[in-house]
Amino acid sequence: MPNPTHRAIEAVWRIEAARVVAHAARLVRDIGVAEELAQDALVAALEHWPRDGVPDNPGAWLMATVKHRALDKLRQDALHAKKHEAIGRDLDALEAHVVPDFVDALDAARADDIGDDLLRLIFTACHPVLSMDARVALTLRLLGGLATHEIARAFLAPEATIAQRIVRAKRTLREARVPFEVPRAEARATRMASVLEVIYLIFNEGYAATAGDDWVRPALCDEALRVGRILAELAREDSEVHGLVALMELQASRLHARIDTNGRPVLLSDQDRSRWDPLLIRRGLAALARAEALGGALGPYALQAALAACHARAHRAEETDWVRIVALYDALAQVNPSPVVELNRAVAVGMAFGPQAGFALVEALAADPALTRYHWLPSVRADFLAKLGRLDEARSEFERAAAMTQNARERELLLLRADAMRSGR
Amino acid sequence: MRFMIMVRANTQSESGAMPEEALIAAMAAYHEALAKAGVLLDANGLQPSSNGWRVHYRGGKGTIIDGPFAETHELIAGYTLIQVRSREEALEWARRFPAPFGELADGEIEVRPLYEFDDFQPSASVERFPRIDASLR
Repeated sequence: MPNPTHRAIEAVWRIEAARVVAHAARLVRDIGVAEELAQDALVAALEHWPRDGVPDNPGAWLMATVKHRALDKLRQDALHAKKHEAIGRDLDALEAHVVPDFVDALDAARADDIGDDLLRLIFTACHPVLSMDARVALTLRLLGGLATHEIARAFLAPEATIAQRIVRAKRTLREARVPFEVPRAEARATRMASVLEVIYLIFNEGYAATAGDDWVRPALCDEALRVGRILAELAREDSEVHGLVALMELQASRLHARIDTNGRPVLLSDQDRSRWDPLLIRRGLAALARAEALGGALGPYALQAALAACHARAHRAEETDWVRIVALYDALAQVNPSPVVELNRAVAVGMAFGPQAGFALVEALAADPALTRYHWLPSVRADFLAKLGRLDEARSEFERAAAMTQNARERELLLLRADAMRSGR
Repeated sequence: MRFMIMVRANTQSESGAMPEEALIAAMAAYHEALAKAGVLLDANGLQPSSNGWRVHYRGGKGTIIDGPFAETHELIAGYTLIQVRSREEALEWARRFPAPFGELADGEIEVRPLYEFDDFQPSASVERFPRIDASLR
């Protein structure tokens, strides 16, 4: 049973860990080593604070401690290098060149240095040299401060698998000599896209679990939202960051309406909108306004947020502005062409202009090889068939969709709908 | 988990006088830190109770009573709403809250957890509760 001081230290650590690791990483230029140094600082806190009391500014204490550890490490490395390579240079000169004064000067020159370090940490954790799984695990670990077993539980994976994934990711970054930096100019946009993708993937893993019995794992949604909100403060001028945050806030506002009391999913049109969280809707709309205010054409996340906003603004499902939704899907198909977008557009067209119009679009998509394993296709087809009164065909399509989904709750819902076709609703 | 940090009013906040520059700066820095940690949901300062009113209920009848109200210490002068992962984290953020009326002045904040959705058993009244919010949107 941890005592109150230990719990307080854990709380401080959760708040400060990412900043401490980021600070160390800028000094030693290796996030694996940085994390070890940060852990050393935590161990030091666990030693000192129960005895001496928690310092007034625990964040500053941890930062100073990790900085000293990092400088010690760099000195040792320099000494080591000198011994082995017999560099005839004075250690003091080397030190002065490599570390403290230089770094301090930079610290003083930049008002928001820690923010820069955090941004570097996010970009490094989401570096394209890593697999998507590795980026997700590393982001949760370094930015979310989640322990390995927590990540494992969230992803229904064995702890050893996640631990190994993280170790391997750090090694990959080291071997690829990935610089600890915020990329510049054009590189920044593509790298930012990777960062946003990782955050949204974490969110979605929580929002609609791809496997298993839980329809939502809200803790992952919270974590993705938190990292997204942090990023929105660090990259204020980036419209798509606000777009993604808006999208996540708006989707999270519906978390409690998406499942019924038996834990079964509820479709958007059937959701009790009074259960939507008005605070998150307000935050989502504000973030969308921020994205729009930055000017330029909206990116895919901002467009999806604008779509979610159409639903959020409708107090009742019948009030939904489907014509505007079709227009937004048109725009989304332009910037991010994909059969999944086309499928969603078909649904919107069906709502705006009648099931016959929507169904025609879905039929045109049915042959798309990208959708053959996508269970929403038969599910959408079934829905249109039902609306067109072709109940037998609708039933077999619902059953087909049920067989294709990996989510147990979703399967249950689809089978219920299939059953409803039999009884003619 | 959501927590509300409430600043208790005092004669100064009730007078409607704007806080000093240093305090505004400290509050701004604190809330910026909250935002950068991704935990800030909402924050607002409240005008003095002289600009507000109460509705007093008795015997099935509501009576409006205009401010100001005397029991200054019972009043709220502002709030900050945060979302964190644990009670301890909320405690740590509360500990960092600037002294609300200046570094050396007396002051008090109070922190309360919000009821979470899951705290309620489904019932007809609970169903109606958020609907009130939704209708205001």
